[in-house]
Amino acid sequence: MQKLIRIEPSKCIGCKSCELACSFRHRGEFSPSKSRIINEVFMDDAQFITVTCMQCDDPWCLKACPKGAIDKHAKTGIVTVDELKCVGCRTCVSACPFGMIKYLSETGKADKCNLCGPDFPECVAFCPTNCLKFSEEDLPLREKVLKFARTMKDGQGEV
Amino acid sequence: MGNGWHGKLLRVNLSEKICTIEALNMDWAAAYIGGRGLATKYLTEEIDPTTDALGTDNKLIFATGPLTGTYGAANGRYMVVTKSPLTGTVASSNSGGYFPCELKYSGFDMIIFEGKAEQPLYLKIHNQHAELADAAHLWGKTTDETEDQIRAEFHGDAKVACIGPAGENLVRFACIINDKHRAAGRSGVGAVMGSKNLKAIAVRGTGGVTTANPSGFREAARETLKMLRTHPVTSEGLPALGTAILVNIINQSGALPTNNSQFGTFDKAESISGERLVQTYLKRNKGCMGCVIACARVTKLTGSRFTGSGEGPEYETLWSLGATCGISDMAAIVKASYLCDEYGMDTITIGSTVACAMELYQRGLITEDEVGMPLNFGDADVMVKLVEMTGKGEGFGNKIGLGSYRLADSYGVPELSMTVKKQEFPAYDGRAIQGMGLEYATSNRGACHVRGYLVSPEILGLPEKLDPQAIEGKAAWAKAFQDVTALVDSAGVCLFTTFSIGVPQVTRLLNAATGSNHTDDQMMVAGDRIWNMERLFNLKAGITPAQDTLPKRILSEPLPDGPMKGIVSRLPEMLPEYYSVRGWGTDGIPTAVKLQQLGLV
Repeated sequence: MQKLIRIEPSKCIGCKSCELACSFRHRGEFSPSKSRIINEVFMDDAQFITVTCMQCDDPWCLKACPKGAIDKHAKTGIVTVDELKCVGCRTCVSACPFGMIKYLSETGKADKCNLCGPDFPECVAFCPTNCLKFSEEDLPLREKVLKFARTMKDGQGEV
Repeated sequence: MGNGWHGKLLRVNLSEKICTIEALNMDWAAAYIGGRGLATKYLTEEIDPTTDALGTDNKLIFATGPLTGTYGAANGRYMVVTKSPLTGTVASSNSGGYFPCELKYSGFDMIIFEGKAEQPLYLKIHNQHAELADAAHLWGKTTDETEDQIRAEFHGDAKVACIGPAGENLVRFACIINDKHRAAGRSGVGAVMGSKNLKAIAVRGTGGVTTANPSGFREAARETLKMLRTHPVTSEGLPALGTAILVNIINQSGALPTNNSQFGTFDKAESISGERLVQTYLKRNKGCMGCVIACARVTKLTGSRFTGSGEGPEYETLWSLGATCGISDMAAIVKASYLCDEYGMDTITIGSTVACAMELYQRGLITEDEVGMPLNFGDADVMVKLVEMTGKGEGFGNKIGLGSYRLADSYGVPELSMTVKKQEFPAYDGRAIQGMGLEYATSNRGACHVRGYLVSPEILGLPEKLDPQAIEGKAAWAKAFQDVTALVDSAGVCLFTTFSIGVPQVTRLLNAATGSNHTDDQMMVAGDRIWNMERLFNLKAGITPAQDTLPKRILSEPLPDGPMKGIVSRLPEMLPEYYSVRGWGTDGIPTAVKLQQLGLV
């Protein structure tokens, strides 16, 4: 199974540490606008939602690229942009239904999450609440299932 | 500039409706760090300290620090610096949230407002483009209505700092609210904004902040984050219960001022505690930008006679709208706290002023006819009503809006106002915690807990346990805490991180960000320099050392209850030592030698 950034929204505190860590690591500056991971704060609903590239099995961006600049690695499953091939046409930006690939005017190229390549993802390293995890298994999903199962178990005890 | 700074300030002349970009004075930035220190330097250079705080000549400065917008120590902070209409001293109020970082990402380090607009205006900043817009349609709106409207008409991602009706009505303790629930709370900075007919500042910034030494900065941040995430206060206490964790602790210490400081314990403290808030209205925890603590309480009133949602109340608010008014109704406190955010008022001062009014009523000085209702301690509905009347500028609310000193003085009994330099105490009795008493008396913006939080050593035992009743050495502790806090407020990091991290960590972050090579000692001297600069401003403003004192009650009426029963403040014994460790004369005035050492002459 592919290693991915797994997100558990209920643990998020809306601190945007992930955005700060990502932009500092990849752009050399603290700039949420340039982050590849987005921590959206819905203040009035008290909801904090984090979204990032899920490294699709059959990526829209890859299929759309007219230059063959986007590749999905056979082993790691990471979807990357080859900056030497990318011409900055932004077709991929239009194609991604999630808005997780963008055009950077500083480089003139498409930019997206590559899970920090060979390194441990910086956003996960700086997440203060473990709302973000980097794992093969979908651990937040497992936690949800367990919570539900425990409720069922407690119910059985009452019978 | 690649060093935590953009090197730019935005100067906004409201009289002329002109915005200009100026180079930031980088020599001053080095000597005064940023934020509170740097803005106070500008204020000192640009206004006459004797000027009318609500007059055209006062200036209002929004300042970030070199660390604002980065990570490592909850670096989402900024300061509002001006002359205070409540105290006449320098006012500098700190706030967090998202607005401070957005301001930094716009490419400006600081905004200076001067003059006075003829009609209500608000400032729009989109990266390096700034313009003043008409705010007639926003005037009279609450802070959340204002923010929603500005986002709808300017930019959906804009971050907003604004005043509510209280700031427009020049309530002496009006605050500036950003991100709906974060407040530059104390000393009436919102009234200064209102006096200038400035309703709001909206910022959209898509740039960033760079550092001189990125790998060094990352390492320094890893160290601080590890400390913050393993220390019991910042990794367990504050996340679990927020600042409200203190209600039971301070009450058990006999230091929870009750019924306008007539008592030191509150028999119903449990019902206004952080633990109770978790059981009742807490929805979840929240952090400011770059924060790992998440002390903010997102709350919603359900199953109560009141409705609403928002953030808080904080510990100080639970006390001010609770214990010191003799009130134990959690729902009423939460509601009044929301109203304070919506109208834009400092919760500490308004609660304390209501408590003072209740004592004036208890003594027969204020009558029921005058207020339109009885003002008994413990009456929660009356408290909520008074908060609303003050925000709206209705009836007796206009008297509450003066703050407790001017209120009590108008009845000939200023000694019943629990203030220093006309600013109300926060939630710690200066008798029960001797160092805090000294800190209140000497704080540069009047009574305040976030100028030198001696509760930390005296009650919580951090960084080491001190006896709250001892006076030996308290002067040196007060000075050290005041200087460190001045440094922290100037750097752009959150004061709450200092339960876990210290000057070495802040220095390391600052050095990596700015490319300087300061020692810890030099940073302590910078804090000392900022403190003395503020003191000089106050002296020139006519705030004499005779005002380094406490109300008669704290100095001569022994606490009647609790573990600290029978105790008064021993300020007269501590104050001379404080002047001495500060390097000031026995008259409380900084000596020429001291000022020369600090580079202040």
